[in-house]
Amino acid sequence: MYEWDFSILWGYRWLLLQGLGVTVAFTAATVVGGLAIGMTAAICLLSRFRILRGFALGFIEVFRCTPVLVQLIWCYYALPMIAGIEMTPITASLLALSCYGGSFYAEIIRGGIVSIDPGQSEAASALGMTPALAMRRIILPQALRRMLPALMNQSILQFKNTSLVSVLAVPDLVYQGQIAAHDSFRPLETYSAVAVAYFMILFPLTLYVRRRERRLGEAR
Amino acid sequence: MTAKTPMIEISRLRKCFGQLEVLKDINLQVEQGGVVALLGPSGSGKSTLLRCINLLVTPDDGTIRVGEASFQFGKSVQQPKTRSLAAFRTRTGMVFQSFNLFPHMSVLGNVIEAPIHVKGLDRKTATDQAMAQLEKVGLADRASQMPDTLSGGQKQRVAIARALAMEPEVMLFDEVTSALDPELVGEVLQAMQKLAADGMTMVIVTHEITFARDVADRVVFMRDGYVVEEGPAREVIDTPRMDATKTFLSHFHKGASPR
Repeated sequence: MYEWDFSILWGYRWLLLQGLGVTVAFTAATVVGGLAIGMTAAICLLSRFRILRGFALGFIEVFRCTPVLVQLIWCYYALPMIAGIEMTPITASLLALSCYGGSFYAEIIRGGIVSIDPGQSEAASALGMTPALAMRRIILPQALRRMLPALMNQSILQFKNTSLVSVLAVPDLVYQGQIAAHDSFRPLETYSAVAVAYFMILFPLTLYVRRRERRLGEAR
Repeated sequence: MTAKTPMIEISRLRKCFGQLEVLKDINLQVEQGGVVALLGPSGSGKSTLLRCINLLVTPDDGTIRVGEASFQFGKSVQQPKTRSLAAFRTRTGMVFQSFNLFPHMSVLGNVIEAPIHVKGLDRKTATDQAMAQLEKVGLADRASQMPDTLSGGQKQRVAIARALAMEPEVMLFDEVTSALDPELVGEVLQAMQKLAADGMTMVIVTHEITFARDVADRVVFMRDGYVVEEGPAREVIDTPRMDATKTFLSHFHKGASPR
């Protein structure tokens, strides 16, 4: 019978907290990067130029339909060989995760934009707004409000996906957990603690998203 | 009628949607201060014609002139740039059947949006002008409300104020009372009537025959993409010459004929 002993974790508390900090920072950075990439790709998807549409579609499908783990490894090991771009594990991870997240954000943002009544852009045009101005002042503010729950859901997934950066030895929560586990010979306790840390951050967020979704439903 | 050039001049206008030819060789002139009602059965092309006047719909062929700006269309002519299109549209105001107010902005926000971001007015000036426009349509006290707290008639009057705030030379109305409950139609028509009396050049697509007869000075009757009949409003509505016009109007008259 296995005897659980969570007390050993106390000695690793700073290590794990540090890891948690890296995970949170990584999520924040890749959510921002992903949103920028996703917004660009979504606008390209809706462009009247076929080349832009094709490029955005290709980008999105490549990153949506391959495993993040492979993307991470590919960015770190293969890209330097092919393109001659040397990257630190952190840069490679940021790049891969931002592109991965961006490809999902792109579809959400595109969907949000096309869900806005065409009468809105007609009214904006009739008032003399250029398409870019109408997008910025009229369409996007309405679309973003509508897609916020979906974007937050995707960001929650993104938070969990950051755990994969440990394969490139980025010292996130999972990576530090591994170190603690090997060091203490207590993997079950360590990984359980890691899971609890993820849960405590994500659970309140999912509750918040659910509440927003409900309010959005009522507003409609 | 004076000899000065008309405010709106449309010649040899054509528009196809795929295989369907919606406008076939349309010629139309509207005098400055003129009020023209476009009548006709649905699918006759009247809404498309209205949308061509501010180029929300790009014609395939022909010329359109509003005030001093004119555009030519055709296979050999390059499509106008988005910037020049946008500049052209500031000359015309448009009011839509479905209001199309911006739901994320207050009533005042709706009215000052384009003057600030398109014309470049400062917020203070834009607000003063917007309040004056809202006053005209009787909604100054609703300025801080959100659009979805208004009735349909109020929304449509805000839409009129929003269009007027850009100080257009021409106002276009696209079946603006069709989405309203019957008891709310009057307040919108009243606002339009006042505007016509103030000398605004107006083109109105409508099914309100009585209104067209009273407020418009000319009526253009369309069917299948052609102008079938046009003339002074009372003449065309009371004594139509063409069969198509007679048939269409017979659905509305119900014994109101002067004979």
